[in-house]
Amino acid sequence: MIIVSTKRVGALALAAALFAGACGGSGATTAPSGASSTGASAGASTSAGAGATCVTGSITASGSTALQPLVDAAAKQYQTACAGSTVSVQGGGSGTGLTQVLQGAVQIGNSDVTSDSKLKPEEASQLVDHVVARQGWVMVVNTGVTGVTSLTTQQATDIWTGKTTNWKDVGGPDLPIVLILRPASSGTGATFKKIVLGGQNEAAGTALTEDSNGAVTTAIGTTAGSTSVIGFAYYQANKAKVTALGLDGIQGSVDNLKNGSYKLQAFGHMYSKGAPDGLAKAFLDYMLSDSIQNTLIPSLFYAPAQ
Amino acid sequence: MTTTSIFADKEPGLRARLEPARRITFAAAALVIFLVGLLLAFITWNGIQLFTVTGVPLPQILSPTWQPDPGSGATSFGLLPFILGTLGVMFVAAIMATPLSVGLALFMAEVAPGWARRVTRPAMEVFVGIPSVVYGWLGITTLVPFLGGPLKGLGFTLGQSWFAGSLVLSLMILPTITSVAYDAFLTVPLEMRSASLALGTTRWQTIRHVLLPAAGAGLATAVVLGMMRAAGEALAVQMVIGNRITIPTSLTQPMITLTSEITLDMGNTVAGEPWNQALWTMGLVLLVVSFTFVLIVRRLARQTVPA
Repeated sequence: MIIVSTKRVGALALAAALFAGACGGSGATTAPSGASSTGASAGASTSAGAGATCVTGSITASGSTALQPLVDAAAKQYQTACAGSTVSVQGGGSGTGLTQVLQGAVQIGNSDVTSDSKLKPEEASQLVDHVVARQGWVMVVNTGVTGVTSLTTQQATDIWTGKTTNWKDVGGPDLPIVLILRPASSGTGATFKKIVLGGQNEAAGTALTEDSNGAVTTAIGTTAGSTSVIGFAYYQANKAKVTALGLDGIQGSVDNLKNGSYKLQAFGHMYSKGAPDGLAKAFLDYMLSDSIQNTLIPSLFYAPAQ
Repeated sequence: MTTTSIFADKEPGLRARLEPARRITFAAAALVIFLVGLLLAFITWNGIQLFTVTGVPLPQILSPTWQPDPGSGATSFGLLPFILGTLGVMFVAAIMATPLSVGLALFMAEVAPGWARRVTRPAMEVFVGIPSVVYGWLGITTLVPFLGGPLKGLGFTLGQSWFAGSLVLSLMILPTITSVAYDAFLTVPLEMRSASLALGTTRWQTIRHVLLPAAGAGLATAVVLGMMRAAGEALAVQMVIGNRITIPTSLTQPMITLTSEITLDMGNTVAGEPWNQALWTMGLVLLVVSFTFVLIVRRLARQTVPA
């Protein structure tokens, strides 16, 4: 499934590259923000047009690790389509992305959370938000926890705040709940706290904390009765090792993200300092183009921004 | 300076030729000292922001309550669980590693035949070269499931625990302690061994009553250096201790250290917010801890000299 769509995207990008090359040869200017439009949409044998406006140069985007796979894949496609453009994508966490873009160290700061939730008002106002995707998280449990397929918001809150400590209280086996938290500062932690826990504090004194999706997945796979929250893409890659739980009876899927019925989701933000220009603008526009929004994004288990 | 003048006397013009080299080495030394000074100033400056800018009272960092999220009402920046965690995991690791390391160093210095020494020394160096993430990886894939599985009866509800962290750390500081202890044994003059053996003592008696006391300060230095390494280690420990923000009451419980909280939160907080400032403060506390150890090492080293 993933492989097929990636191939399709690759072919599309290749087509775009050919067009870009042809266009670039025919009198592209090097004016500051003088983009040479590729008009690649003309070559689309599919419904999705690759709307890459090529600007040569080099930019760096850093921040959110949840958003990183998407931005990274989009950057690769963009660079394939536009020779002479370099878009480097780094992780570091949402806070790092916001800090670095504010300091001017990078041109784009990726974040799972809005800038005003992290920065001072006078700093946040300097950044311009570009919502590029919606990302979802899913509660997962060790495969030994049978009989539970979904938790209500109330049940999840009771578990994460330490009120419910045994799976039998929510319809599962008689097994103690081992809670694995994400760092409270992380985008995952903050989103879960806001949407599911209604702002209440997690039971940090009785839980474990793991910082990466990988470490969490490993821990859930090997620890009886354990539960945590991971990003959609990471769940899809580890379906065999962990069991996903729905929230209020709704399963986490790209479709449910899209139609908004699955509420454990947040916008993926890409911030620029002031209005973006040059390559940063071209790349941010490209993030919102059809080929990214309707092809790449679902293939990586995100949902379009709109 | 003195060496150059000696050479200069023997060979005219050598001093002039050595002058550039002297300047380069001097500049290198000055640069290092400058960098260390800069680093100290930088960490201290950032570490005190929590108190000077945000206005958190200093005693608050000794509170056990860590509540840095401004979204949850009153914040509290108690660092006690982290400080005690770092000290706890470090001391237990040193206790576990020291007997093994000193034994190994004794074996290498006193007992081992030549070929064994040729094997153990490089083996130790390989040990030092293993990246900490590899230790962490081994810890989380083999040690943690083992503690949480077959050894569950000992009180490990989960494998992630103080014990797991200390065990992984003890392996990591083993080569440090061993090599410094080995050097300490080598510095004990041969005459002392000979004198002891000439009195008719066994090898064990010589080791017990001559070597160990004579190398005592060196051994203590070795242990303290090992503990310093342990205090600063982040990754491997973070992977196996479970990162529970609490003060553990038993070795079988999960816990947290300064370094692991810094790595968990560092990327997600932004410069200037109190949460981020508190992480810098943790860094400053770590620096103070390691400085204390440097002072201890220097004090010990001064005592070693009379031989």
